[in-house]
Amino acid sequence: MDEEIRLMKGNEAIAHAAIRYGVDGYFGYPITPQSEILETLEELMPWETTGMVVLQAESELAAINMVYGGASTGKAVMTSSSSPGVSLKQEGISYIAAGELPALIINVMRGGPGLGTIQPSQADYFQATKGGGHGDYHLIVLAPSSVQEMADFVCLGFDLAFKYRTPAMILADGIVGQMMEKVRLPKQRARRTDAEIAEQCPWAVTGRPATRKPNIMTTLELESSTMEENNRRLQATYERIRSNEVRYQEYYTDDCDYLIVAFGSIARICLKAIEEARAAGIKVGLIRPITLWPFPTEAIASMAQRVKGILTVEINAGQMVEDVRLAVNGKVPVYYYGRMGGIVPNPSEVIDALYRDFPEINPER
Amino acid sequence: MKKEIIIAGFGGQGVLSMGKILAYAGLMDDLEVSWMPSYGPEQRGGTANVTVILSDTPISSPVLDTYDVAVILNQQSLDKFESRVKPGGVLIYDPYGIHHKPTRSDITVYEVNGMDAAIDMKNSKTYNMILLGALLAIVPVVPVESVMKGLQKVLPERHHHLLPLNREAILRGMSLVNGK
Amino acid sequence: MSYEDIKKPENIVYQRPALLNGNHMHYCPGCSHGVVHKLIAEIVEEMGLQDKTIGIAPVGCAVFAYNYVDIDWIEAAHGRAPAVATAVKRLNPDRMVFTYQGDGDLAAIGTGETIHAANRGENIAIIFINNGIYGMTGGQMSPTTLEGMKTSTSPYGRRIDLNGYPLPITNLLVGLDGTCYVTRQSVHTAAAVRKTKAAIKQAFKNAMEGRGTSVVEVVSTCNSGWKMTPVQANDWMVEHMFKKYPIGDLKNTVNPAPAAHAKGVETHPKQ
Repeated sequence: MDEEIRLMKGNEAIAHAAIRYGVDGYFGYPITPQSEILETLEELMPWETTGMVVLQAESELAAINMVYGGASTGKAVMTSSSSPGVSLKQEGISYIAAGELPALIINVMRGGPGLGTIQPSQADYFQATKGGGHGDYHLIVLAPSSVQEMADFVCLGFDLAFKYRTPAMILADGIVGQMMEKVRLPKQRARRTDAEIAEQCPWAVTGRPATRKPNIMTTLELESSTMEENNRRLQATYERIRSNEVRYQEYYTDDCDYLIVAFGSIARICLKAIEEARAAGIKVGLIRPITLWPFPTEAIASMAQRVKGILTVEINAGQMVEDVRLAVNGKVPVYYYGRMGGIVPNPSEVIDALYRDFPEINPER
Repeated sequence: MKKEIIIAGFGGQGVLSMGKILAYAGLMDDLEVSWMPSYGPEQRGGTANVTVILSDTPISSPVLDTYDVAVILNQQSLDKFESRVKPGGVLIYDPYGIHHKPTRSDITVYEVNGMDAAIDMKNSKTYNMILLGALLAIVPVVPVESVMKGLQKVLPERHHHLLPLNREAILRGMSLVNGK
Repeated sequence: MSYEDIKKPENIVYQRPALLNGNHMHYCPGCSHGVVHKLIAEIVEEMGLQDKTIGIAPVGCAVFAYNYVDIDWIEAAHGRAPAVATAVKRLNPDRMVFTYQGDGDLAAIGTGETIHAANRGENIAIIFINNGIYGMTGGQMSPTTLEGMKTSTSPYGRRIDLNGYPLPITNLLVGLDGTCYVTRQSVHTAAAVRKTKAAIKQAFKNAMEGRGTSVVEVVSTCNSGWKMTPVQANDWMVEHMFKKYPIGDLKNTVNPAPAAHAKGVETHPKQ
């Protein structure tokens, strides 16, 4: 398949991109609003073309443990779910992180807590960026704001996961999962051969040739000093990721007096608000973190030297705002505006929030 | 050029697919497009709406609070979206089942009897294409040929024998407007 | 015959399989695990499958199986071995993939994974060590604990009204179209060990040939957990465990030998 421009939903784009990247296996369980990923894969039947394995598991628990098993053999494997299902996967994600295994996990977030709502949300920010499962670990967390990024981040997520031997997560919201946009799909890449896997992943559990010692994938270590070493190794990896992989996008930041920080599709709603505010002569800029972990702390800290105030907009009760405040470290006021329960703020609400928190710019004052 | 359009009605009226065909037509015309549905239980017969944006520049927000054009197919949607049409904008509605007609005078309001026309064509499934035709007659955001190309993309090949019927429905919708 | 003569290769009649390394086992004296580990090592060697075999270890006493048998292993989360094995086998269809699980792992926390992997007919072998107790965590009650059996969480004996009936999960797996071979064996006598070896060999062969899921239950002792000597534990197992979990083939659609047909069990040839 050659490069191609198509119109499709973000969820569908993930499925297409996975096949074209040369993913070896997808293991999932239906849950709204992301079931189109599994549905699209089943419809496209990649096992007939690239040889990709697609399996509807009996539960999210089984699915994430299938990912753990597949990743242990050096294969490029992934799963997807939405908030309640991702909660179920957390134990397995902790194992994958502990096993230093590359894998891609997709969360198309819906409103919680509990069974919650099927409408969009960003309320799993803490879960995704602060751990989620047990133990000291991090995921590389990518936040797409367009259908194009849904496709692109499948490739980026796997590239980073294999580069650092750590699981990556695409943390999307229901909006970007369900909306349709133009997307440029990459051309088909071949899946890696067993020989390539053996060369690139010497740790992979593939069956032991007489020439090497057994490869053992385990996360158990009862000797505390060794376990501490294992943790130090993980933390060293996270430090390298923090140094090399922070990604964010800036809009109108050259001359801005006020800054909005928002991620995912909400960043685009804020961008529309900013365009309207600028038309009224108010200089507002936007930083959109693309990696939520590692967080663009330095970029925000440096903006805090130049702006009069910062507003974060999230569809949750205020989660990323804590990381923004840590970055700003009291230099300027940091406010939060958001909606919950599956309600998405529209651009005029964002402008109202700016006027509320920074009354000096309100033209009606 | 940028058109921000909301299409709203009952689930089952073809609201989402009408928006989808419009978006595909935009794709055929090399426009930037976004299609943002309300999703979930609405698909099972409640109210359904979709925001379609066609633009020759990149689209920022797929979620809007005001619109250039509203296509309204039931009373609940009229109550919800009439006030959200931008001044100078366009509101198209089907009077079938509407008890309280639109009252705004700072927008152009078109009444399109799509339901009657669909009954006349003896095929209720042409309903959304009739409305799409009316929309294109009032706001010629894409040519009919692009819509037909878009339809060809959306419809599976086994349904391509329905293309002429859909074309007829679109033209019927256009004539409902132009005939006035 | 001198000691030097005895050591000559042509005079060796029995030796530790090469894949069973010399690591000191953490299993209690009298435990069945060591015997089954040895059988796996022997069979993998005899079948020439060392470079094709991937074992999935459980959480439970056998969590360290990978320390003793020198093949490639994945240590699974508690109960999830059949899900792990599913992906490993589907992504590597020419490999011989088996799980090694105890009764807590397979029949309690992992019941869903066990049943669904077997129901999909995953081409894997499941080795199920059933000793009716959680050994590793210090002797708690498991789903297969017999009625009246004393454990640390049923100190006055398992009560049906409180804890339900002992779960013969292997019998459930017989009824699934995805299983091709379901057998129940033991390793308390030399003859029983030979039969178990043949059963595991059959299961591994089925996995390689893509016949569906094979399940080899090994009814076992846990003399530490049962608070008995190894000999007492074997006697107790024969007297009590075998009543609830009788030894023999329950299903064999691959090699339906006359003796293989268990009473009244219908077998379903896999398509």
